[in-house]
Amino acid sequence: MAAQGNIPWMKGWGERVIEISNMCKKYTMGNNVVNALNNISLSIRQHEFVAITGPSGSGKSTLMNMLGCLDTPTSGTYILDGKEVSKLNDDELAHIRNYKIGFIFQGFNLLQKLTAIENVELPLIYQGVHAKERHKKAKAALESVGLGERLDHKPSELSGGQQQRVAIARALVSAPPIILADEPTGNLDTKSGVEIMKILKELHSKGNTIILITHDNNVALQSQRIIRIQDGEVIEDREVS
Amino acid sequence: MGFIQAYKMAIKSILGNKGRSFLTMLGVIIGVGAVIAAVSFAQGSTKNITDSVQGMGTNLIQIMITGRNSNRNVTYSQLQKLAEENSDIISAISPTISSSVKVKVGNKTGDTTLLGTNAEYESVKNMHVQRGRFLMSFDVDYMQKVALVGTALVSEVFEGSDPLGKTIKINGQEFTVVGVLEETDNGQDQSADDTVVIPVTVAQRLTKNAVIRSFAVQAATPETVDAAMEKLNTFLTAIYKDTKTFRVFNQAQMLQTLSTVTGTMTFVLAGIAAISLIVGGIGIMNIMLVSVTERTREIGIRKAIGAKRKSILVQFLIEALVVTGIGGIMGILFGVAVVKIVAGGLKIIPEVYSIPWIVMSFVISLAIGVVFGMFPAYKAAKLNPIEALRFE
Repeated sequence: MAAQGNIPWMKGWGERVIEISNMCKKYTMGNNVVNALNNISLSIRQHEFVAITGPSGSGKSTLMNMLGCLDTPTSGTYILDGKEVSKLNDDELAHIRNYKIGFIFQGFNLLQKLTAIENVELPLIYQGVHAKERHKKAKAALESVGLGERLDHKPSELSGGQQQRVAIARALVSAPPIILADEPTGNLDTKSGVEIMKILKELHSKGNTIILITHDNNVALQSQRIIRIQDGEVIEDREVS
Repeated sequence: MGFIQAYKMAIKSILGNKGRSFLTMLGVIIGVGAVIAAVSFAQGSTKNITDSVQGMGTNLIQIMITGRNSNRNVTYSQLQKLAEENSDIISAISPTISSSVKVKVGNKTGDTTLLGTNAEYESVKNMHVQRGRFLMSFDVDYMQKVALVGTALVSEVFEGSDPLGKTIKINGQEFTVVGVLEETDNGQDQSADDTVVIPVTVAQRLTKNAVIRSFAVQAATPETVDAAMEKLNTFLTAIYKDTKTFRVFNQAQMLQTLSTVTGTMTFVLAGIAAISLIVGGIGIMNIMLVSVTERTREIGIRKAIGAKRKSILVQFLIEALVVTGIGGIMGILFGVAVVKIVAGGLKIIPEVYSIPWIVMSFVISLAIGVVFGMFPAYKAAKLNPIEALRFE
């Protein structure tokens, strides 16, 4: 970790959990080649709370897909939790997503036919965790987001804020090294949005690494570090004072 | 992800969509039910036929004269003589003449089957009288115009009144009824009970048949059947100078021929029913494909949080298997119910259940689940999670 000392505000922070260098992603749309990501390099350390912002079309969604191991870059490397993941196949990526990443989506993305606790259990099901332990962990995760009383409610019986809390519990339940939140407050009213941000900040203070993708400056300002993306490039990377 | 978990998921998803799941199963239910009912009916009618063949007696040998050679002909007395000389192996011979005739009692008329034979026919074919008497040798020798009637005829032309001693007109000639035959079939029109029996000599004149072309021979014991057939073959070959103008066969051979015929019938019926199973399978594939599209987002979410291709594949495959499995079981119940109602209720054919066919149709329905579930499951498994998540 030779570079650690070079950037003053990073001094004394944890290990690098994400290290991206020279990442490019090209899409072909008809005859045009779109450079969605253009030579991006960045690293994120453990226990950081980072906001990635930028206008729509800036490439932040593409970056989020890369960070979330939902897609692979055209070129460049991505080391996640000490493992090179940019060349992995579908199933290996699924495995990484299962163990290393907790997703929180703008649209919650809960399974409507399952109850809150069943939704939270899903990542553990794919890990092959035994039913009893799964239930215990899922219950604990829901309790930690204040939904201990609503284990058996279906998403349709919960408010937007509550649904997003279920999604947070789902992201937390397998204790992944990073939590990736894509516009988590985008579909919520102000009050619920504030609540969700409060929970995320709490999670951060408990030692979780959180990456927040948002176009809302006020939301971004609640993080510790803002990475601004435009036209597929990092145009700003600063600490929030 | 374990199979038990996948199974639980499948049940949940099927119960979450009861109406559609049932419609999907319907193809399999009808297919499996049709296979079971068709095979049962085929085997039931086979049993009917073999039972009635077996009921004729195990010592029975039939002679049929098929050629039309007017110069050489075997006569009843020749055969009678042969039987007397070989009484250790042949116990009785009956000539038979069959024809379709019109009968009339008073002003009631009907069509029936005439059988001309002799007194020995009673023991040769196990034919017995319910009331009155059977034919006697003097009826044949002196060409007595006497007749025995079947129960179908009693109810049909005698309208249920006691026919004994009454007069029946057969093709215009008057006969006296001396006996009523025991019911061997169901006593209905067109059945084996729709018959009239008269002395063979009278029948020859009535039907203008000089030559008798059919004989029923009773071997002394079941063990002498082969020896008797051998003797008859030799004797008839000597008369006809060839072996193509006549046929000597016994019940064992008849049963064999019958079982080939009915076996084919079973397969044809089951084959037709199996087509409906395949159609059911295609129905399942359609619904599963719709379900994959409908659940694209669900698949996307599952993949995003770590489901591998295999997990999705197994989930959809097990869902198809559970649907066809439940459909198969319901189909078996449906098939058995149809057999119970049709065979058991109408009593035309016996209730027969073939365990191998029931097991096989269930296994086939499961196989259909795998085969037709594979394509939609594969399609679901290889969905791109990013696009699947964007799907509305």
